Amino acid sequence: MIKLENVSKAYSAGIPALNDVNLHIEQGEFVFVVGDSGSGKSTLIKLLLKELEPTKGSIMINNHRLGNIRHKDIPKFRRNIGVVFQDFRLLKDRNVYENVAFAQRAIGTPVKTMRRKVPAVLSMVGLAAKYKSYPKEISGGEQQRVAIARALVNEPKILLADEPTGNLDAHNAWEIMKLLEEINQRGTTVLVVTHNQDIVRAMKKRVITMRKGVVIEDERTGEDYED
Amino acid sequence: MRISTFFYTVKQGAKNIWKNKMFSLASIATMSACIFLFGVFYSVVVNFQSVVREVESGVAVTVFFEDDVTQKQMDEVGEQIGKRVEVSKKVFVSADEAWKNFQKIYFKGAEDMAEGFLEDNPLAHSAHYEVYMNDISMQNSLVTYIQSLKGVKEVKSSDIAANTLTDFNRLIGYVSAGIILILLCVAVFLISNTVTIGIAVRKEEIAIMKLIGATDFFVRAPFIVEGILIGIIGSVLPLALLYYMYRNIIVYVGEKFRWLSGMLEFLPVDKVFSTLVPVGLLLGVGIGLLGSRMTIKKHLKV
Repeated sequence: MIKLENVSKAYSAGIPALNDVNLHIEQGEFVFVVGDSGSGKSTLIKLLLKELEPTKGSIMINNHRLGNIRHKDIPKFRRNIGVVFQDFRLLKDRNVYENVAFAQRAIGTPVKTMRRKVPAVLSMVGLAAKYKSYPKEISGGEQQRVAIARALVNEPKILLADEPTGNLDAHNAWEIMKLLEEINQRGTTVLVVTHNQDIVRAMKKRVITMRKGVVIEDERTGEDYED
Repeated sequence: MRISTFFYTVKQGAKNIWKNKMFSLASIATMSACIFLFGVFYSVVVNFQSVVREVESGVAVTVFFEDDVTQKQMDEVGEQIGKRVEVSKKVFVSADEAWKNFQKIYFKGAEDMAEGFLEDNPLAHSAHYEVYMNDISMQNSLVTYIQSLKGVKEVKSSDIAANTLTDFNRLIGYVSAGIILILLCVAVFLISNTVTIGIAVRKEEIAIMKLIGATDFFVRAPFIVEGILIGIIGSVLPLALLYYMYRNIIVYVGEKFRWLSGMLEFLPVDKVFSTLVPVGLLLGVGIGLLGSRMTIKKHLKV
């Protein structure tokens, strides 16, 4: 569950990046966040990851008030949130398996568990056969699948995807969206920030539209969503 | 910490060194130079101190007694002196022994001249103690103490010898501390630079680690390991070189400069290196740890 109450974020004097935002996303929902550049989408993701602190208001995630989480407890909190970026952010000097295993290693997962879970999640994203490949040896779509596998291997309750299809062609973009939907159907809350109107229209999911730091529309079913 | 995490951290630390080969090499070289100079300095200083100690051990305070003092009173004074911590040895020289020593020195070859004193010891009241010290810097306080003892007439000591040796010892201590401190600062600075580069190179990796919930320790540990490894490599190399050099130099000097043997006795290699090796290694590890810790604190906000 994600809940924002009167959240504002200002980087410096002037127009705030987020202005009095109220949001409520239930566990297991699939939500698109759309908006032009500068609408506050990336700031929203950063606030949810506790990379930034809100200037005003409160954020609750999985019953944790983010403002109450101490610095030393942030890593533990982030383990419940998977995150995927437009530029994949894979480690170029490590192969597919090592990139995914890295997420497990970072939280101190035993090697035995790692050896069981990493191949399983690679199978799920359809990359079991390419576990030895390095990022430069696979396509953009496959790289994004590795990033998704890395985000999922620790079994987070929430998956945040910041423009996950931004660097992909139409075919690969659709493949990634299908994968995200499949992940959502397994119970993970998925929040996708995107510019891709075609995908948003076709997926028929909840769409939150932002402009200049304000939520201007919250289309619950996506049925009536129009650009 | 899990064993697998420990090995992973060590591996990443070693990888960091390999990734920034040039900077790591520069750090190792500087560290080696520092430890090498420290080692040279240490070897010279301990050998010099050994020579000074040798000289110090030959410097004695002479205690003379009042004319009417009995042997028992002199023994008591000797006992009191022997209890002092700064006293390493005390030798009692009776009036007869003093006279015999005098004759040996001043009537050598003209023993018949001394026969005139056969029944009469001209040094009848010259019984005395020669007192040797562990620490010559404490000579003044010892002299004051002995002078306060009952039956003591006079205490003869060489202030110049004591003061010169004490001042010289102090000077060596200050100079070595100063030079070592400068070298350590340079080494810490260079290691800090190497770790800073390592952090810059791995910026993306660190960002990913933070986002997937890695603990501060997990993010920081490889850089600490990097600093420690540089410290270990940078101290083992010069220590090995120093060991080899010292061993050969003492043999060479012993053979080529035999005339020095009375004045200069090198300490054996084991005696010097039994202290130098652990201190050098500790210094290397300490500098590495300090350099990386400082940098992480400054540049790695997790």
